[in-house]
Amino acid sequence: MQFRLVLILCGCLVSGQVVGALGEIAVEIADPYIELHTGPGRGYPVFYVVERGEQITLLKRRTDWFQVRTARGKEGWVYRDQLARTLNPDGSVVAIRDPSWEDFEARRWEMSFSGGEFDGANVIALTAGYALSENLSLELNYSKVLGRFSSLDMTGISILHQPFPEWRVSPFFTLGTGSLKIKPAATLVQPQDRDEDYSNVGIGIKTHLSRRFLMRIEYKSYVVFTNRNENEEPKEWKIGFAFFF
Amino acid sequence: MENRLRLFLLSAALFGPIAPPGVVLAQSPTQLPGEEEPLFQPQVERRTVDISALDTENFEIGPFLGFLSIEDFGVNSVAGARLSYHITEDFFVDASLGVSKADKTSYELLSGAAQLLTDAQRDYTYYNVSLGYNLFAGESFFGARRAFNSALYLLGGIGSTEFGGGDRFTASVGLGYRFIATDWLAIHVMMRDHIFQHDLFGVDKTSHNFEVQSAIMFFF
Repeated sequence: MQFRLVLILCGCLVSGQVVGALGEIAVEIADPYIELHTGPGRGYPVFYVVERGEQITLLKRRTDWFQVRTARGKEGWVYRDQLARTLNPDGSVVAIRDPSWEDFEARRWEMSFSGGEFDGANVIALTAGYALSENLSLELNYSKVLGRFSSLDMTGISILHQPFPEWRVSPFFTLGTGSLKIKPAATLVQPQDRDEDYSNVGIGIKTHLSRRFLMRIEYKSYVVFTNRNENEEPKEWKIGFAFFF
Repeated sequence: MENRLRLFLLSAALFGPIAPPGVVLAQSPTQLPGEEEPLFQPQVERRTVDISALDTENFEIGPFLGFLSIEDFGVNSVAGARLSYHITEDFFVDASLGVSKADKTSYELLSGAAQLLTDAQRDYTYYNVSLGYNLFAGESFFGARRAFNSALYLLGGIGSTEFGGGDRFTASVGLGYRFIATDWLAIHVMMRDHIFQHDLFGVDKTSHNFEVQSAIMFFF
């Protein structure tokens, strides 16, 4: 019986990948039944049930929901957990690739968006990071500081070190440099844009929240190299979210 | 007889050490008792389905049109684009970019000549990134025979508004309705308040700028 199932599965896998050039996958159901919802969410009603032994084709995925087509041509959405027991006929749970904690540790790219305070003014920041190793990342930073009398555009690069990447709340240290453009508000007399260079040092924590999602809290201390006699040393606090790929 | 005895002894001496293992070998079958060759081998293959080959559709992108009430500067049309990424079925992240242009204030209109802002300073551009939360996902019935998936969602985020000759830190909160026409198309209606501070009238003031927009968004 199992032998036949495997044969059928192999057969339909092949046919699924030959016919479904769009990445459709054909499987057979091992659970007693699975429920098809009208949409990819808990709130969308169940409108159809497919029994054990029937063939379904996986069409696409949205978050944790899979759109499937039954042998009779009904299309609906199935939750991942129901499908996980379905995909493997030998009773073993298939590993649906999902950015879990393990993937989080093996991540490469990270995009983060954060907001906070820079020297008493509001700041919003966008960061793209690339992990060189599990401890070291290279980051491109763009921040916009929105103060009462001026706004700053800051573009820079920094290196980030995570001594304990496996911790769920993981501390990190950053070292960066870049340049900033100061735009005084138009309500001031004779506004004139200025460019300065800066370097900064920072400390923060990253917390893995779920799937592709992290939270970042960081503190940075800047040195802005002005052409006046003394440099400015603003401090910055930020909190934000990050995704990894 | 003597010869035969010698042969026996010799052979015993020669093969003695070898024979017992041989006997043991001959008596140890390769199969345990009761185990015959099965009719067919159950080939239970560990099969993993590579889900990564599936098309994932966690993004929504599309243009929007609407009205923006810029406080003190009248109600004006606004246009822009939105990009959403669905993290889970409940949460999504939305990035928006919108462009509008402010009218004259009532003071400017009544006084006739006074100009508070130059023409370029009346350009209103905002961008923000928000976290969204889907509420009440379900079906909306359209007549007796048709039902469409829909959901309400809440949005809250931060961004920047360029208006009146400066960039202003802007917080925004909104409530939207997503009407999913087909698998790949959704129609949104959203109301949002953009909150920022300015001192264009000489004193600091917090301005609330309400926007009503409708977006056509495509899943990809």
